[in-house]
Amino acid sequence: MNVNRLTAIDDKPGRPRGLKLASIAIAIVGAIAAARSASANTSNGINLPRGVTVLSRDIYSLHMLVFWICVGIAVVVFGTMIVAMVKFRHSQGAIPDTTMVHSTKVEIVWTIIPVVILIVMAVPAALSILKIEDTRNSDLSIRVTGYQWKWQYQYMDAAAGINYFSTLSASSNFARQLHSGIDPRTVPHYLLSVDHPLVIPSGVKVRLLLTSADVIHAWWVPDFGMKRDAIPGFINEMWIKVLPGKEGVYRGQCAALCGRDHGFMPIVVDVKTPADFKKWVEDQKAALKQAQAAPAAPAAAASAPPRTAATLPLTAKL
Amino acid sequence: MAQSHAPNADQYYIPHGSPWPIYGSVTLFTVMSGAIATLNSWLPAWSLLPGFAMLAGLFIFWFGTVIRESEAGMYNMAVDRSFRMGMMWFIFSEVMFFAAFFGALFYARDLVMPWLSGDGTKLLTNTLLWGNYHGGWPTNGPMALGPRADGTYETVPAIGLPAINTAILLTSGVTITIAHHALLRGHRRRLAVFLAATFLLGFTFVALQATEYHEAYTKLGLQLGTGIYGSTFFMLTGFHGLHVTVGAIMLFVIWLRVLKGHFTPQRHFAFEAVAWYWHFVDVVWLGLFIFVYWL
Amino acid sequence: MAHAIDIAHDDQPATGIKRWLFATNHKDIGTMYLVFSLIMFFVGGTMAMIIRAELFEPGLQFVDPGFFNEMTTMHALVMIFGAVMPAFVGLANWMIPLQLGAPDMALPRMNNFSFWILPFAFTLLLSTLFVPGGAPAGGWTMYPPLSLQFGDSFPMMIFAIHLMGISSIMGAINVIVTILNMRAPGMPLLKMPLFCWSWLITAYLLIAVMPVLAGVVTMLLTDHFFKTSFFNAAGGGDPLMFEHIFWFFGHPEVYIMILPAFGVISEIIPTFSRKPLFGATSMIYAIASIAFLSFIVWGHHMFADGMPLAAQMFFMMSTMLIAVPTGVKVFNWTATMWRGSLSFEPPMLFAIGFLFMFTIGGFSGVMLALVPADYQYNQSYFVVAHFHYVLVPGAVFAIMGAVYYWLPKWTGNMYSMTLAKTHFWLSTIFVNVLFFPQHFLGLAGMPRRIPDYAVQFTDWNMVSSIGAFGFGLSQILFAIAIIQCVRGGQKATAKVWGGATPTGLEWTIPSPAPYHSFTTAPEIH
Ligand code: HEA
Ligand code: HEA
Ligand code: CUA
Ligand SMILES: [Cu+2]
Repeated sequence: MNVNRLTAIDDKPGRPRGLKLASIAIAIVGAIAAARSASANTSNGINLPRGVTVLSRDIYSLHMLVFWICVGIAVVVFGTMIVAMVKFRHSQGAIPDTTMVHSTKVEIVWTIIPVVILIVMAVPAALSILKIEDTRNSDLSIRVTGYQWKWQYQYMDAAAGINYFSTLSASSNFARQLHSGIDPRTVPHYLLSVDHPLVIPSGVKVRLLLTSADVIHAWWVPDFGMKRDAIPGFINEMWIKVLPGKEGVYRGQCAALCGRDHGFMPIVVDVKTPADFKKWVEDQKAALKQAQAAPAAPAAAASAPPRTAATLPLTAKL
Repeated sequence: MAQSHAPNADQYYIPHGSPWPIYGSVTLFTVMSGAIATLNSWLPAWSLLPGFAMLAGLFIFWFGTVIRESEAGMYNMAVDRSFRMGMMWFIFSEVMFFAAFFGALFYARDLVMPWLSGDGTKLLTNTLLWGNYHGGWPTNGPMALGPRADGTYETVPAIGLPAINTAILLTSGVTITIAHHALLRGHRRRLAVFLAATFLLGFTFVALQATEYHEAYTKLGLQLGTGIYGSTFFMLTGFHGLHVTVGAIMLFVIWLRVLKGHFTPQRHFAFEAVAWYWHFVDVVWLGLFIFVYWL
Repeated sequence: MAHAIDIAHDDQPATGIKRWLFATNHKDIGTMYLVFSLIMFFVGGTMAMIIRAELFEPGLQFVDPGFFNEMTTMHALVMIFGAVMPAFVGLANWMIPLQLGAPDMALPRMNNFSFWILPFAFTLLLSTLFVPGGAPAGGWTMYPPLSLQFGDSFPMMIFAIHLMGISSIMGAINVIVTILNMRAPGMPLLKMPLFCWSWLITAYLLIAVMPVLAGVVTMLLTDHFFKTSFFNAAGGGDPLMFEHIFWFFGHPEVYIMILPAFGVISEIIPTFSRKPLFGATSMIYAIASIAFLSFIVWGHHMFADGMPLAAQMFFMMSTMLIAVPTGVKVFNWTATMWRGSLSFEPPMLFAIGFLFMFTIGGFSGVMLALVPADYQYNQSYFVVAHFHYVLVPGAVFAIMGAVYYWLPKWTGNMYSMTLAKTHFWLSTIFVNVLFFPQHFLGLAGMPRRIPDYAVQFTDWNMVSSIGAFGFGLSQILFAIAIIQCVRGGQKATAKVWGGATPTGLEWTIPSPAPYHSFTTAPEIH
């Protein structure tokens, strides 16, 4: 793997200072809400996570930029309203200026200023879209298929052959039943854990090819900054490139209403270093060979994969 | 109460209480309930009958009242103008209804079909999911949906019945215009004849279309279920045909009223409303002929 | 000129149930719309309370996940089509003829028809809760293929929507025709009150998009029952096609719910600022531009759904543009208050609440419009927070403000100012407790439409639910204030708001407005 290129991304010139201020302000507010930032994601509980991918950082900066612009406009607009309400009160004997009916000049001004502000937001947004939509030159492609209510991951390229389902972990599934009597707070990563997570390498452009076998689902891991619908009959593409050094487990959920158990089809991604990932792939392939050699089922990677959970030994539960 | 307003052309006529709206609401509810019961197989299709019977009654009673009031001279020019505007906006809403289906047609033709064939960024949609399907329009989709086992079907050629139907509708557009001019000039006989010609042409159109449908269903393998082409074809032409039928019935009613001596060269809202409606149906057909049959 | 000498003897409303069933009087019909809407607000609100109760804590406590989805879906349909839209139609019925100096709506029988369809439509919709398979549970957006999985409720929902559409279209035709044809002589369109203007444009939007909704649900129906392939890729269709057509309706629909609110606010603020509306003409152009833009922005609901790049760019830019005319409105309202002489009666309080909180909702709208950021926000509680800010302290507050503004005109009685002000303050506090934390939840990663959530979302959900119960209970005050006012109270004058100088012909007739007003067109100077 091209490690140099990867580090280069992490060394990108620092974020604008305003954003630091932003995060500080957010953090102060957040402190009141106390620390509920479970390890499941890097959000502080009240703001977007900065995330761990190239795109998520871009998106975070864009989000903060717009947020502060809106705060700025709010201060001006609401400030004016409040001043008006304090200064021009009937009960204080204010005399209305009934001649003030319109002014072309100010109206032009307050049409132009918003246009300018909007352009300031639109430019970085547009550049960012171009980047997001560029799914070319990926190093690894994984086909992700949504089912009611689980995900299937089929690796392609160098990892071709690896193919398994990922469903809500048994402990969460048990606790989430109506009147289960189990306190969700005692279940580790309640509703955000699966039997077999998706495993991807860090530092590499991973392309997900999303589709669905039944209804529309959506694949969303907030820390990766990206979400995309999985639509039956079509392939939607998106890419993620986790920054090196950010290996770990990241969690998300299906984000498109897909029926009764829509709330219960989480996504868990185990991001490994390229070396670890390579090893994982080899392990999987070895296991796959063994399984094929066994007299039982024919190849698991057939075009219509079995609906049952994975027949492969996989990484431990997460 | 009614006659107290009668000759008062100064006064905008406001009816004082009318049973027909609430009857109409019950009617619509009955129609819909019948349709639901049928579709859900709760009841056989006869459950639609009460609703349709009531619907016929609704038109007869409500329009009957309006016609009576109109003939009694209770509507001044302002009321007339309200009716005209109402009709125009109603037709606009109909235009938008058809626009939804035309939108579906264009979207399917110009975007979905190329995407399924792997156009642009959708290359993988084609290679991974649809095994190198190459659609052209018309299409019944990568799975070749339809009644025939081999997935084939034929389309209705534009030159043939559709062309004849186009001629029929265009002619009917002319005849109704002649009828209108006759009405304006007070030539009652010519009015009646050309009006009759118009609705007869209309019914002929419907009959021919029924033949065409029969042909499509039995011989061409072209049905509602024949993929997106069958869907758009039948929904567009079907709703259009429904409108032609309704329009022709309205023309017929207007014709009866003409025979009874209704309408004056100055005041004939109902006639004009139906004529507008007829022209609208005509224009929609041109769109269909071009985009569904021809291109 | 010969005037209406003969009308006196039926100047009295019919008695008993006939008055309502056979109604042709715009005030009676307006009243029915408003009462219906209030009932639906309580029904939809009760469903929201079920949602919030289930979401109070992680884990499933009260309802099955399927039923939760039914609640989400029905809550939205009831609130949009049953509460907000009919409320505005009711206001239109009452006020447009009064403001224009017209004797009634242009097509009185059709007016009654459009009202009476609604109770039947909602009987149909709400009865789905009792059929096998339960109510529709695919969200108010009904995306296929999920919606094609519904049971017996499926055609019921579709036909209920058809009925609502028919009702809306007829109501809208009536409004347009009344405005274009029934203005008192001497009232040019540009001199028409802003409320009428906002409704003229809203009605146009309604006629343009309700048929499209009817069309798209019809396609859904035939896909389900008659093997068509509109939304099925195997036959050459596309599920996204539904979304495109739906949102071509759906986006203008949200402006249908806000433009009349703009109209109301433009009536209230000048009255209680004792100063004419600033930039009235540009206000009209702003509404018109918003309406125009609303037709070309629908794609912003589908950024994450897989649209071509060019489409994403186009919809992002067009959506952002809406901030400009909306900004013009907000600035003009502010300028109207500036150098005015403000007093804070309940209608004004609601209008000011609207100004602040609608703008907050608008800001989150602009954030959502930015495609890359929307990849994160989409389908999260951030969206829920956005649209409730524009809908609840936006549209609903405007409706409440309008009711408090015109209620004395309708009933002839003043209501209890203390009660109304209490209602305002409680609502304002709780609505923020209810919806503000939902921004946090969405940003932190909580998806919408889920009955249960990961434990890190617990705190803000609790806060939100507490706000919801508080807000819900506060609405009881609204009902009390109205009932009290209908039953009696201090008599209102013709001008109602005394020293304040409201314009508009409605203030030239006595309070309560007589059963027939303007049987003779007033002279306008
Ligand atoms: C009354 C209803 C209403 C209104 C008025 C709006 C107003 C706006 N909405 Fe909203 N919206 C909804 C109801 C409404 N919306 C609903 C119901 C949904 C969800 C549907 C669903 O999925 O179920 C939704 C969803 C929604 C989305 C999709 C999100 C997603 O699903 O991912 C987007 C994205 O662009 C959006 C944008 C906007 C914008 C830009 C406005 C603009 O009109 C706002 C303009 C106003 C302002 C900006 C404030 C005032 C302006 C100024 C003070 C001037 C200066 C400001 C700037 C220069 C920024 N809305
Ligand atoms: C005009 C529209 C409108 C209005 C007014 C409201 C009002 C409210 N909404 Fe609604 N809502 C929508 C439109 C609206 N909503 C839409 C379009 C959706 C999206 C649906 C979808 O995803 O498809 C949605 C979704 C939605 C959700 C997300 C559901 C999900 O994603 O799973 C939630 C959750 O909190 C919610 C809550 C509320 C609350 C608490 C109110 C409150 O304001 C309601 C307050 C009113 C009352 C409570 C009634 C009056 C009082 C009583 C009856 C007295 C008794 C009171 C108590 C017992 C406390 N709404
Ligand atoms: Cu899958 Cu929601
Ligand atoms: Cu929108």
